[in-house]
Amino acid sequence: MSHARHAIAPSGKPFAFSPDNEAKFAQLLPKYPTKRAVILPALWLAQEQEGHITVEAMEYVARRLEQPAVAVFAVVEFYTMFKTEPTGKHHIQLCRTLSCWMRGYQDLQGLIERKLGIGPGEKTPDGKFSFELVECLGSCGTAPMMRMDDRYWENLTVEKLERIVDACNQGRDPAGEDH
Amino acid sequence: MATPKIISARFDEKKAHTLEGYLALGGYATLKKLFKMKPDEVIDEVKRSGLRGRGGAGFPTGMKWSFIPKNTDKPKYLCVNADEGEPGTFKDRLILERDPHALIEGILICCHAVGIKTAYIYIRGEYDFPLARLGAAVKEAYANGYLGKNIKNSGVDVDVVIHRGAGAYICGDETGLIESLEGKKGQPRPKPPFPAIVGVFDCPTVVNNVETISALPWIMTNGADAYAAIGTEKSKGTMLFSISGMVERPGVYEGAFGVNLWKFIEESTGGVKGGKKLKAVIPGGSSSAILTAEEARNVNLDYESIAATGAMVGSGAIMVFDEDTCVVEALEVVLRFYAHESCGQCPPCREGTYWLYEIVNRIRTGRGRPEDIDLMLAICPDMLGRTVCVLADSAAIPAASYIKKFRSEFEAYIDKANPPERKLHPGGINFEARAL
Ligand SMILES: Cc1cc2nc3c(=O)[nH]c(=O)nc-3n(C[C@H](O)[C@H](O)[C@H](O)COP(=O)(O)O)c2cc1C
Ligand code: FES
Repeated sequence: MSHARHAIAPSGKPFAFSPDNEAKFAQLLPKYPTKRAVILPALWLAQEQEGHITVEAMEYVARRLEQPAVAVFAVVEFYTMFKTEPTGKHHIQLCRTLSCWMRGYQDLQGLIERKLGIGPGEKTPDGKFSFELVECLGSCGTAPMMRMDDRYWENLTVEKLERIVDACNQGRDPAGEDH
Repeated sequence: MATPKIISARFDEKKAHTLEGYLALGGYATLKKLFKMKPDEVIDEVKRSGLRGRGGAGFPTGMKWSFIPKNTDKPKYLCVNADEGEPGTFKDRLILERDPHALIEGILICCHAVGIKTAYIYIRGEYDFPLARLGAAVKEAYANGYLGKNIKNSGVDVDVVIHRGAGAYICGDETGLIESLEGKKGQPRPKPPFPAIVGVFDCPTVVNNVETISALPWIMTNGADAYAAIGTEKSKGTMLFSISGMVERPGVYEGAFGVNLWKFIEESTGGVKGGKKLKAVIPGGSSSAILTAEEARNVNLDYESIAATGAMVGSGAIMVFDEDTCVVEALEVVLRFYAHESCGQCPPCREGTYWLYEIVNRIRTGRGRPEDIDLMLAICPDMLGRTVCVLADSAAIPAASYIKKFRSEFEAYIDKANPPERKLHPGGINFEARAL
């Protein structure tokens, strides 16, 4: 679970599902016998729409599902993948658990800190990268590894990670560096 | 005898993840036979196979199903546990990516046996590619009449709903999963009542791991006897072992129970990386006790033999430490994980995991006091069997075993005159204290 979140202020921007997400939301409802069960999938839609989840989006989801707002707030606060602030364009989730530790995630963290100048929980001033250390991502056989841009990057070395970061910085598709 | 490939048979087939590919390899062939069988006959078959849960607890699958009340007006549910969060485990991911239709076929078997019309697959939020593959397979199965109403004219209806988690290890616990599926924080529920009686949406519920369910098509096709003929007296069949850490070729390897643990690791992966010496093996995920090199060389890989050492088969996550792997820092990594993942509702867990991590962190960073080692050993028993779920036990058991089996390494960190040299990753950086 996530710890020590601070109170989040409203963004001042109203929220409503896009027509696309409205259609997806309508499909979600009949899949569950309670409305409350739709909180997580609805929050995923909200996060995909805006990149993060605003207070307004939480209140909106609560209203749409006829739940008290606090039920939705509590869920957002509990799950580490729900973000209440915008992440960087490329959000790096570097695994720090046992097998990635044995295979040297520390060196990758070192590269990120040196090259991008950010530590865990931080974002580059240009908004291009944000960085987070996470627990085992179920990819220990190809450690060390990270998740970025909704996919896994496995068997990382400092050199390979540097190529991936460079590609992002130069506006190229980093997938070309995944070898 | 070569190990038959039961779960991993189609892993190397390029098109097995598509319906066409799966059918070409004999997929969904059990359905004709299945729908002619009475539900109780299916449960008996699974019971006789000796199949046990592959999610961690190793509970007999057929027996679990038989706890579901037969005469109830309430709907019954299946929750497939695809949360795969136990550190070191990466095998369900392969099933989801490469053989998702085997999971769907297994779901049909379970649903027919137990009288279930809706199955939820709870998949961890980070599994983007497995989710994509699974989603495509479910869509194809619906489009071709393998899911939905009146499946293949059998009169059987089964719906599958994929539910995406959002990053919380605790949601892998069966009641944490149920809470999460209901749209709440994933805080486990006290048992009893067990999920079989009061599960998701207050209805009778089966919770099974992805691999457990994926073993069912083979069992129904080849028969319970064929499955039970593999393995040992009480550990039947095969299991996927995720082997990682300091070995030459980490990966997922299917093995039959009853072989020598180290021999299996060595033959599968090529042994310790770079010809280094073996220091220790974690046989069943980070929640397991650790085995010394000697123990690992002398134990067989089956539920009973591993349990006799105080460790467990768990989710089949084998992690190998070479001679340079620092046991103190390894324990710090493990305890940081549990302190981070504790859901916070039970004080022995919330406080225990936090303090164990704090203490091992101060030992490793040269701030340890001589009495700290025994202090940790004193905390551990107070975390056993006192909480709603076993996350607290999962931290205390490895902690006590690492300290008892490698005590001198802990003492070396406290001996200020002779601080140990950090051999692993000299260029690496130390993680900061307290930052959970
Ligand atoms: C903290 C915790 C985490 C767990 N994580 C998982 C998991 O990620 N996947 C899983 O299948 N079982 C996990 N389990 C075990 C489940 O509670 C449950 O035993 C299992 O899903 C039952 O399925 P099976 O009988 O097929 O193994 C976890 C248990 C605990 C206490
Ligand atoms: S330890 Fe990093 S993916 Fe499992």
